[in-house]
Amino acid sequence: MTQPGFFDLLSFGPDGWAKALIAGAWMTILIALSGYTIGAVIGTFGAWAKISGGRTLRVAADAYTTVLRGIPDLLVIYLLYFGGSAAITSIGRLFGADGFISFPGFLAGALAVGITSGAQHTEVFRGAFKAVHRGEIEAAIACGMSRSLRFRRIIAPLTLRHALPGLGNVWQVVLKESALVSITGVVELLRQSQIGAGSTGLPFDFYLIAGLIYLAISTVSSIAMRQAERHFSRGVRRG
Amino acid sequence: MDWEFTQETFISLVSALPLTLSLAATAIALGAILALALALARTSGIVVLDWFARAYVFIFRGTPLLVQIFLIYYGLSQFPAVRHSIFWPVLRDAYWCAVIALSLNTAAYASEIIRGGLLSVPHGQIEAARACGMPRLMVFRRIVLPLAIRQALPGYGNEMISMIKATSLASIITIMEVTGVAARIISETYRAIEVFLVAGFIYLAINFLLTRLVQLVEFKLSPHLRQPENAAEAVIAGDAR
Repeated sequence: MTQPGFFDLLSFGPDGWAKALIAGAWMTILIALSGYTIGAVIGTFGAWAKISGGRTLRVAADAYTTVLRGIPDLLVIYLLYFGGSAAITSIGRLFGADGFISFPGFLAGALAVGITSGAQHTEVFRGAFKAVHRGEIEAAIACGMSRSLRFRRIIAPLTLRHALPGLGNVWQVVLKESALVSITGVVELLRQSQIGAGSTGLPFDFYLIAGLIYLAISTVSSIAMRQAERHFSRGVRRG
Repeated sequence: MDWEFTQETFISLVSALPLTLSLAATAIALGAILALALALARTSGIVVLDWFARAYVFIFRGTPLLVQIFLIYYGLSQFPAVRHSIFWPVLRDAYWCAVIALSLNTAAYASEIIRGGLLSVPHGQIEAARACGMPRLMVFRRIVLPLAIRQALPGYGNEMISMIKATSLASIITIMEVTGVAARIISETYRAIEVFLVAGFIYLAINFLLTRLVQLVEFKLSPHLRQPENAAEAVIAGDAR
């Protein structure tokens, strides 16, 4: 049997892995997007706690960001995957199920990525809020806007604009971090490449392809981010 | 929480700590040399070198570290030429593959930090050194590099912390460093929370010490930004008056 060449692997033909790889890449994007969204929600609360929370909330938010930026993401994934499985299994026992129930890898992965990126989101949002001029908020108060209106019309849009470059960086980190979710058995891009490498004996080709796809996704998203930055700061005068 | 189990876990994780530290230290040291070379290539003004460094940084920052590790550890063995070469004893070894991947990866990030430091050196300083008659290499060694290092240090500290965290990925290619041992204990006992707390504590402790160390070096390297002690007293005395 002859081994398929590099481009045969990329085809849709009998030796081709294109379909599987596209499905894997799609799963990678799904994990990254869900993790990113969870992280953004956590980050919003984290930033709010750091800016206008009481003492307890502030200390809690500080502890969260310090801890999550100091420990490896892989540990968080292990905690959620194995810890979640152990928790579900013991809950299952209560209801009379026996044997081991495993925690869904996708959920564990997305949560883990979300919790780790939440720490970065928190700092990005906090920094962006600080960049909003006090005068803008004062002007909104002077116009008689209520608290919620002020947040919706003035603070949120301005904060988002300042946060955009930081958010782009966090997205790049999340995208790369999603590769770690492969250890839970979710068939995303890296896991799919492992499967391909195992069944064809061509690990270099498969990991090279995976690397190129990651590079393509990150390049496309950085271009999109730059467009978005330009779009949302079109009202800003420069120089 | 089971105190005895926690203690046992702590002892087995701490005995894996030297491996984590040696991975990180070797990768940071090798990465720093490569990063300096890349940063010099970027700032050299020679088009070929500049584009090589740009491409390098783009590729290594745009792909996950785990893919890079797999490509080196599993990927290279695909080629008989590699298996029969003199490098095989190194490339067969998971430890060295992890070190190579981590070094190549950190070099990409660190080169940008160093480049920022090099660019921040005020032109006047270089002019002054030239005016003193220093040759190019001496200007670099005595003026540009020390100023650049001082400027790049805070960013470099963050990169070192990232590297400490990144060594955990070596556990996926069978290296039993702290995270590897933690994963083994978790999969044997299914007590994820205790093991996580102990392992997390160890990583936090390393990173806390590292941050302090970088702060200390930063302090030592910037005597010109501090007021001399007697001058500070003079200011206080002046205020009182």
